[in-house]
Amino acid sequence: MKYDVRQLPLLSNEEIAHGIFDMRLAYRQDDLPVACGQFAHVYVPSKTLRRPISVCDASDGELRLVYQVKGAGTQIMSQMQPGSMVDVLGPLGHGFQIEKGRRYCLIGGGIGVPPMLLTAKQCEDPLIITGFRSKSLVILQEDFKALGETLLCTDDGSAGQKGFVTDLLRERIGEIDEVCACGPTPMLKAVAAVCREYGKPCQVSLEERMGCGVGACLVCAVKVRKNGEEIMQHVCKNGPVFQAEEVVF
Amino acid sequence: MADLSVKVAGVTFNNPLIAASGTFGFGREYGEFYPLSTLGGISCKGITLKRRDGNPPPRIAETPSGILNAVGLQNPGVDVFIREDLPWLKQQGTVVIANIAGNTVDEYCQMAEKLSETDVDMIELNISCPNVKSGGVQFGTSCESVENITAAVRKSCKKPLIVKLSPNVTDIASIAQAAEAAGADAISMINTLTGMRIDIHTRRPIIRNNTGGLSGAAVFPVAVRMVWQVANAVKLPIIGMGGISTWEDAAEMLMAGATALQIGTVLFSDPYAPVKINEGLNRFLDENNMTSVTDLTKTVIPW
Repeated sequence: MKYDVRQLPLLSNEEIAHGIFDMRLAYRQDDLPVACGQFAHVYVPSKTLRRPISVCDASDGELRLVYQVKGAGTQIMSQMQPGSMVDVLGPLGHGFQIEKGRRYCLIGGGIGVPPMLLTAKQCEDPLIITGFRSKSLVILQEDFKALGETLLCTDDGSAGQKGFVTDLLRERIGEIDEVCACGPTPMLKAVAAVCREYGKPCQVSLEERMGCGVGACLVCAVKVRKNGEEIMQHVCKNGPVFQAEEVVF
Repeated sequence: MADLSVKVAGVTFNNPLIAASGTFGFGREYGEFYPLSTLGGISCKGITLKRRDGNPPPRIAETPSGILNAVGLQNPGVDVFIREDLPWLKQQGTVVIANIAGNTVDEYCQMAEKLSETDVDMIELNISCPNVKSGGVQFGTSCESVENITAAVRKSCKKPLIVKLSPNVTDIASIAQAAEAAGADAISMINTLTGMRIDIHTRRPIIRNNTGGLSGAAVFPVAVRMVWQVANAVKLPIIGMGGISTWEDAAEMLMAGATALQIGTVLFSDPYAPVKINEGLNRFLDENNMTSVTDLTKTVIPW
């Protein structure tokens, strides 16, 4: 059986920036292998749907989920207490494909930043670009600094350089072989356009309102182009990571 | 250990739980949680004559104790289903129900003909999908159209024929009677209730289709009421569904008049719900010295 639901003990659940929480769950990689870019489908008591949360990190007996409080479900998640059990389906989906011998530029925007941490751990000397709306939302900078060169930007210039991740990407794209990105759709679209312009492969992690998480209910549709034909695939099963040139943004 | 098996239109199910169409694909994904023989049957994702890509996303929104969806019948078409999914499904030790939807009566008949030549166990006539522009629910909302399409498909269909009813009607009992008169072998009910959610910040409906179908625990009391009304109006067996989430819900739906049950939305929060519901039903039957789950059907004692 490929899928299972597990009860993982909650170790900590702390607010690390405004409205952004860092949930750490006790876990063993042998029990629950996780690849970078996959997500955990988290059960929220009293809610009909699970919440898909990208895996931020998985090591040393800890599964780390960094999420933003956006609505009632994530609000309930943020109030879960250490010592309680968290019901996790997954990890699910297809993550980033990282090959040896290539230099990657990893780009995260806003709450799309967390999955790039585990991804950075799989890369040799990655260039890591993160972007946020403003300083109060900046997360994970110290974690990233241990793994590669980091570049930070904010929309309002309150931390790092003022501007967008694509500005930084353009300056450095000559140094890298491939881009992996996660963030809001307009950002992914812009990153994909820059990569196309410079002929660099690009993988993007997409988000869509999700149901079952395993590809049965077909709600989290994304239009992709395969062999010249546009077809519907699904973020949960075929993704969340897609080749940018295949995505019909 | 009570006998959980049920019989609907001559087809025996190992237990009363059937995966509801649209929540379970063609079974392959949930087959990665447990053997599909855990379920009495599977009502497959609604299929159409030709491939359909479905509606643009978002296709789902959460609601109090439920969800709205508007997938729009995304499916690979009946021929691909017959060629690529049905042979595999038939090896899973569970009853296989093909759920069919069309734009015209003729399309429904063509699909029924094709499927009659396969070893699919039953056909479920989907005349209640609220999320497609043409076809779907337009066939299911008046007695005349239900009678007309049921009679037409009946002629093309050599398999036991289930008619799936929409709750978005004035008098569901008379609709069920129309299906019965036209030769249906069973009724399944209820499909989703049409609903809508709006994002107050963008003033946009959350679902791209603007409206969607409401399912989940929120619709359960409506489903129980309608199953009870239909059970009092027709002799056909009823496959009851609509928000069943626990074994208590399952028992309640059986008592209202259902012979078998479909479950769907609960799977999204708990993929193992069928296992738990069957265990609970079995315990309840044992505790009440009942030997068969069929002993629960239509045993409500109305005031």
